[in-house]
Order: sequence, then C-alpha cells, then structure tokens
Amino acid sequence: METRTIAGKSVSFTEDGYMSDMHEWNEDIAKELAKEENIELDDLHWKVLGFLREKQAAGVSLTIRSVGKSGIVDIKGFYTLFPGGPLKLSTKIAGLPKPASCV
Amino acid sequence: MKKIIILGAGTAGTIMLNKLRKALPRDEWTITIIDQHRTHYYQPGFLFIPFGIYNREDVIKPKADFFPPGVNVIFDETDKIHPEESSILMKDGTVHKYDYLIIATGTQTRPEETPGLKGDLWYKEIFDFYTIEGAMALREYFKRWEGGHLVMNIAEVPYKCPVAPLEFVFLADDYFTKIGIRNKVKISYVTPMSGAFTKPRATKMLSGLLEEKNIDVIPDFYLESVDNEKKVIRSYDEREISFDVLTIVPVNMGSEIIERSNMGDDLFFVPTDKHTLRSEQYENIFVLGDAANIPTSKAGSVAHFAADILFENLLSAIEGRELHAKFDGHANCYIETGGGKGSLIDFNYETEPLPGTFPLPGIGPFGLLKNTRMNHYGKVMFRWIYWHILLKGKEMPIDPLMSMAGKCKNC
Repeated sequence: METRTIAGKSVSFTEDGYMSDMHEWNEDIAKELAKEENIELDDLHWKVLGFLREKQAAGVSLTIRSVGKSGIVDIKGFYTLFPGGPLKLSTKIAGLPKPASCV
Repeated sequence: MKKIIILGAGTAGTIMLNKLRKALPRDEWTITIIDQHRTHYYQPGFLFIPFGIYNREDVIKPKADFFPPGVNVIFDETDKIHPEESSILMKDGTVHKYDYLIIATGTQTRPEETPGLKGDLWYKEIFDFYTIEGAMALREYFKRWEGGHLVMNIAEVPYKCPVAPLEFVFLADDYFTKIGIRNKVKISYVTPMSGAFTKPRATKMLSGLLEEKNIDVIPDFYLESVDNEKKVIRSYDEREISFDVLTIVPVNMGSEIIERSNMGDDLFFVPTDKHTLRSEQYENIFVLGDAANIPTSKAGSVAHFAADILFENLLSAIEGRELHAKFDGHANCYIETGGGKGSLIDFNYETEPLPGTFPLPGIGPFGLLKNTRMNHYGKVMFRWIYWHILLKGKEMPIDPLMSMAGKCKNC
C-alpha cells in the first residue's frame, strides 16, 4: 500500500498501482491518472469510466466484451480510447481494482 | 409433497443432490435432478489426456452411479425455466413445478463466438482441451507432431479453471522434453490479461517457472478472429501471432437454458448473491457452481465449498429463517507444473493466494505457492477423492470457508 497526493487529495494505491478504494475517486483524480497514461479524457472516455464504476459497484465482473456490448463503444472503439490494454487502463483511471485472474 | 429441482447433474448438482436427499425427509420432499447427458466427466483429468497421461476411461463414469436412492432422475433436454411460475418447461412440452430450484447448469465453451475459430483447422491444427473430443483429438495430433510453434491462447475471461492453460504449457514443456523434440518446439502463452500471473504473491513465487521452462508470454492480447489460411490469431488492436498448432480456451458462457430463459448477464451467467448464493431476482432459486456470476474462480473446488453454504441457506429458507451462512469465495486448486511437481493455491474473495503451508489432516501439509512433489501427489490422489468422496457429498477434512492457518501474509 502506498499513498500519493493527486489533485490535492491523499489517495491510497495497491502495490500494483491501482486505487485501493473506489470511493476516494473523483473526476480530478481521474484526469491526473489519465495524464500519467498519456490519455486526455473526452466525453466517450467519461461514459466508459461511468459504465465501469457502475458495474463494479453492482459487483459484476468487468470484461472487454461487456464494454463492447454497452452501447457506448464497440471493442475496436474501446481500444482507440485506451490503446494497448483498454480494460487494464480504463479500470486504473476509473479508480477500480486491477482486472486479475486468480493467480 | 414439496418439490426441489436441481437443474444440471455435473459436479455441483450431484454434490447438492446427495446432501439434500440425506437431510430432507422422503415423505415430505421429492427431489428431482434434470440433465440431458448421462455421462459424468472428471474434467480436471482432460488436461492430462493430450499428453497420454490419462485415457478416456480414466475420466468418465455414468452420472447415475453417483445419485443416491430415493430421487427422481430425468435425462432429457430442458427448454427453459419459468421463474415467475416456479416451473421448468422441457423440450418435449412437459412441465415440472418446483418449490425450490437449484441452478447448476455450469459454463460451456462457445468456439463459434470467435470468427474463424471453428473453421477448416478445427480439430486438425486448432484444439480445445475443455471437451473430451478436443482433448482426444489433440492427443492424436501430438503423437505425430514433429515440432513448430505451439500457441496457447485464452479468448476471454472468465473461463473454467483459470490455472488450466498454465498447467497445459508446463505439461507441454515436460512432454516435448521427454520425447526429445523440445528444441524444435516454441511455446507461447497468449492471454488477454496483463500477464500469465496477475496477483502480486503468485507472480513473485511462480513466474520464474515460465522463464525456466522457456515459455514466452504475450499479454494484453484480446482475440478477435482466427485466420485459417494464414494460420494466425488476430487481436482487436490488429496484432497477429502465427501458429503451427493452436490450443485455445474458447469464450465461456453460461448454459443455453439460461440464455433462453432470459435469466443471465451478458455472458449468460446467473446474477447471484455472492454471499448467500441465492438468485438476485428470485427468492426460491439458488445457484451453485460455474452457472453463477459470483466473482471467484469457475472451478469444482468452489462448487464443493459453496455447496455447504447453499445447503445451510436452503434449509434456512425452507424454515423461513434468515439466510445466515455467508460464502467467502473459497477456492483451492492444484497447479501441475511438469516434471512430477505441482503447486497449490488457496484463496477467497478478499485474500489473494498466499505462500505458506496448507494443513490437511491425515494427508498434508502441502506447500502453498511452492513447487513440490507432494503437491503433485495431491493432484493425483484428488481423482480418487473426487469420485469416492466429493461427488457423494461426504464430509472432507477441509473447511468450506478459507482459513488463514499456515498462510504467510508478509512473505
């Protein structure tokens, strides 16, 4: 566990660099986290982040496929928004746990 | 007479059937189990078939051998569940009413979800090992294969038994070494996750094995399609990986019965309370095993542990009490690592796999996240335990909820 100051707020992170408490998150923090990944957030980004946070709060496992079926973007579009590893990057910016397997 | 129906006679459904028949008086409750298939597969054994370690006979037995006396058995196809009417409609039009339903319809591989996967090369140079057919076809292929690029790819998460593809590449390394062609075989592990290991402790303890065994890991690869002509897999961000033989974990989805009943999420897993194991929507429906959308591994060990909790809660529901038993997502999995060794992980919703020892009265201890011969023997012995103790719902010397005993938090 490490604590960093982001957008004027003290935020705690897990050892893999993801926020440890999704409730500490706010939009200013998201902008800063996105900047660290060289992403500038536009409307579509925000909609995806909102979708992911809503699903996570409902206890649903997040998948690339479910974002592709969300009606916000298709899977290719999701890659365009978060190049390289869309779910890995978007969950990080959305203040959610790292998508992980059991090991 | 009151009625309980168990839909699905796999690991989860069979365990539940045995527990319930023992507990509920026969003059008050009829218990019915429904499944379209008559053969029970020991699915953890599929992994060993491609390497000639197990044969078909080692992994199949009639389902009916594991049913207790005094239950109704229906081997027939289900069309859909009508949860509002508490009934099940069979394909032949028969209707079965229930007071309580336990959904144990599992997860299925759906290769047709990926364009090109079930094309010309299916079961010729592209194989799954999650079906008896795929595992047997791969066995035949490996007998004659002289080497090249073996690509192990996971199409989507979640999938059944998350460690199986890792075990597969470890066993492949061992097998090709033994038959003397390892120097002609390149093995790649291609995953949509950020790595072969994603949890901090497991990464630290086990990722060295991949390097040691010369297995390439290609992370963040999310499969879009398979090109049979060029023999490449293609990702959504247009990367291509060429293969000589492709072993694949196809997209996993819940049963078509759940799909037709409109009771699933977007992968047709049933929304389930992760602690009580009751359906989120219907008070008289519980969900056990892979069919549930609970955020833990899809694995037999989970179904086995969850069965104890579901059993408690179903009895509470029947007696009109609150559902007091809470499942913690406990899973316990052996990981075959090749060369007669294995590792073991034990975890739940909150606790990642930790190093240490796993005490098991009379047999253990086993080494957690360690690579030992003892762990391999555990896996070998488990097949006997599965057929003779676990499926019959008999007591095992292991608690349904995860214990911290032996685990080391700061190692």
